[in-house]
Amino acid sequence: MNVNLKIWRQRSGSTKGVLKSYRLENIDPNISFLEMMDILNIKLVKEKKDPVTFDHDCREGICGSCGFMINGRPHGPQKATTVCQLHMRAFNNEDDILLEPFRAESFPVIKDLSVDRKAFDRIISSGGYISTNTGEAPEANSISINKEYADEAFLSSACIGCGACVAACKNSSAMLFTSAKVSHLSLLPQGQKEGKDRVAKMVATMDDEGFGSCTNTGACSAECPKEIGQVNIARLNQEYISSSLSSLLKKKE
Amino acid sequence: MTEFNLFSKAPNGELHTKWEEYKKRLKKLAPEDANKYKVIVIGTGLAGASASATLAEHGFNVHAFSFHESPRRAHSIAAQGGINAAKNYKSDGDSVMRLFYDTIKGGDFRSREENVYRLAEISKNIIDQCVAQGVPFAREYGGLLDNRSFGGVQVSRTFYARGQTGQQLLLGAYSALSRQMEKKKVVFYPRHDMLDVVLVDEKAKGIVTRNLVNGKIETHSADIVILATGGYSNVYYLSTNAMASNVTANWRAHRKGALFANPSFTQIHPTCIPVKNDFQSKLTLMSESLRNDGRVWVPKKKNDQRKPTEIPEEERDYYLERIYPAFGNLVPRDVASRRAKEVCDEGRGIGPTGFAVYLDFQKAIKEKGEDFIREKYGNLFDMYQNITNENPYETPMKIYPAVHYTMGGLWVDYNLMTTVKGLFSIGESNFSDHGANRLGASALMQGLADGYFVVPHTAMDFLAKEAPLMKDITDRPEFKEAKDKTEAEINRLMKVEGKMAVDEVHRELGKIVWDKIGMARNEAGLKEALAEIPKIKEKFWNDISIPGSDKDVNQELEKALRVKDFIELAELMAFDALDRNESCGAHFREEYQTEENEAERNDQDFKYVAAWDYSENGNPELFREELKYSNVKLKTRSYK
Repeated sequence: MNVNLKIWRQRSGSTKGVLKSYRLENIDPNISFLEMMDILNIKLVKEKKDPVTFDHDCREGICGSCGFMINGRPHGPQKATTVCQLHMRAFNNEDDILLEPFRAESFPVIKDLSVDRKAFDRIISSGGYISTNTGEAPEANSISINKEYADEAFLSSACIGCGACVAACKNSSAMLFTSAKVSHLSLLPQGQKEGKDRVAKMVATMDDEGFGSCTNTGACSAECPKEIGQVNIARLNQEYISSSLSSLLKKKE
Repeated sequence: MTEFNLFSKAPNGELHTKWEEYKKRLKKLAPEDANKYKVIVIGTGLAGASASATLAEHGFNVHAFSFHESPRRAHSIAAQGGINAAKNYKSDGDSVMRLFYDTIKGGDFRSREENVYRLAEISKNIIDQCVAQGVPFAREYGGLLDNRSFGGVQVSRTFYARGQTGQQLLLGAYSALSRQMEKKKVVFYPRHDMLDVVLVDEKAKGIVTRNLVNGKIETHSADIVILATGGYSNVYYLSTNAMASNVTANWRAHRKGALFANPSFTQIHPTCIPVKNDFQSKLTLMSESLRNDGRVWVPKKKNDQRKPTEIPEEERDYYLERIYPAFGNLVPRDVASRRAKEVCDEGRGIGPTGFAVYLDFQKAIKEKGEDFIREKYGNLFDMYQNITNENPYETPMKIYPAVHYTMGGLWVDYNLMTTVKGLFSIGESNFSDHGANRLGASALMQGLADGYFVVPHTAMDFLAKEAPLMKDITDRPEFKEAKDKTEAEINRLMKVEGKMAVDEVHRELGKIVWDKIGMARNEAGLKEALAEIPKIKEKFWNDISIPGSDKDVNQELEKALRVKDFIELAELMAFDALDRNESCGAHFREEYQTEENEAERNDQDFKYVAAWDYSENGNPELFREELKYSNVKLKTRSYK
């Protein structure tokens, strides 16, 4: 198959970007999207041109490194799929394919399709953990956890932190990402002690990092490669309200 | 030439109290004293993140470096199946002793007894720690932790979180690390490649890094350096490792005097999605846990072109069940891989290339139901279907072995310190616990054992005997010299200006390593490899092209710096495989096999760890650490 690519080229965060066109012919539809990008890059290297920079690593859909916009959608057209797991058979011969970086103020462009997602790490640092030092843990089976809750916590914790939710949101909100971590920890008995403090801190950091507010359009879940659900956002809101109320009560006391 | 006395420093005494007794004797530092020291950790996967977090909890100031943008991107995240622990929750007779023995035997008696016992002992603490952090392990309906079985053992001791155990454990370690970052006890340097270790008075006191965003070559000093930089499977070009996994940090340490142990011990994982074409950039593993319910087979007839579903039972050869009635589909990885190669070499392989075998779930689906299989392996089945466009609920999976893990690595003593003082190596990057073959679900266990429970104690002991630097010493000439050398090397690479992409040279290297130092090796092939690798080196230094600038993001330069070291490592692997005139574990020398095609070990002559010293001119020198076994009897492995 042949494809006509339009790719955002931007040398660094401080320079302006432009769209450039590239055509690739005789592409095997069974190769992955990133293997198609490899072919393009090898071609560019041989022509002594700067290859396209994009983040990627495991190519198994789990590390969360990859991700850019394909025809306006984070990770492209296939549901529940990261770019690295997308295959060329998802496209048609002679398709025009537009590639752009995730667009969000909190994700500045590093180069071409690569963006800086350190803001996510800072949200986690501000409270996305259970405070327990190495060696202080009690015997694992002394904590019994309802299987349903454990499974739900797992589903929230399956977030790969790729940033597609932010890129999909018209407000560039990081609500889905943040709520997945809040949910994961608040669903488990171990995580409840710090729950109120956690949600307050994480939401504050999310705001400080410049992510927009959530208006419940659901675009984030629709585009999430791991299908992190809207229920997480509901849980965060619940946790947040209860946290705000209890701090209000504390103040009154 | 330095003479190395490879003394393991393993303490004397009873095996089962050794570590506890030893720990009591190790020197301690109170948090306010630990606060005077700075520790550099390279790599923030399971081992690096857990070590960084724990050292910071003890009061040390940790500077952690990764080429990734975030610790959560490390390749530990891709581990699927699970983590072993001798909890004996299933009351199936498991114990620390049994896990210890399984691991020693699985490694074909080429690992250090004391290290392996310690690992088995610590396995229990790891699960406690992870549960306390909120790792959502699979649970039974009663609310207690669930277990499953893995290859090479007959008990159920593997803890898991669907097919994403590595992800959940790494996120746990990452959360502990994040907590210390918030407390300012850990400074994290994302997108930094480590390109050299700096020695001052023969001790590791710092590193040289390249900032991958702006190309700046930087130096950093510290009281000790800990390498947690993973394995080197990508020397084969195609492997299940992530694209950027590399040997560079370890190799640079090796060049500075850290011996490299058992480099040819590389694990070929039996259940991977087969190579489909020349553009393939990496291979995808299907967790070994699938062999719990999947049955491996090929047609009895050669070149059988029928669809698998059209081949009747009596014309199928379930060769693992046939050859190994006791372990069946759950034989260790090296055995399963070699047998797959054997049936394919006989012409009974399946699929378009003939290099694949079936992994069939029909029996399990019939007996336990599709829902049961979906609950257990759903995400793996989805992944398989997405990559191959085939539905494994209806037609058997096609699988073939692929390189997955490297047992070899930097030589370390019982304290996990390399032959360079003050330079530690933990997790997959060292050679320590898996001998000639690693059992499934043991990599996560070792990474976390080293990081959470071993190196924090042994590094503290080392530091307690050292005066703290208390200042930045990067103005010393040793740092300037190392930095200049790194810059000169980058300049040289940028000036090659040939016509090949780095990937193309890497692929050629990988083909040689796979063909000659892969699943089966022989003397003639290894000598051919030693003749061919220098030609690849020449090609690399004459023909590659790196467009763009080195003062900018330059992914081609990053690759070139890594491939350059892979080429040198490949040569050392060939030397090592050639030296070891025996077959053991994953190292299968065709000259040394029994009549039943099983590995023929030679304990008389090769019961040693082969630790190699770097040589500029291609003549690496071998140092041997004799292995002593006082608690297990060396036996021929049998899984029949």
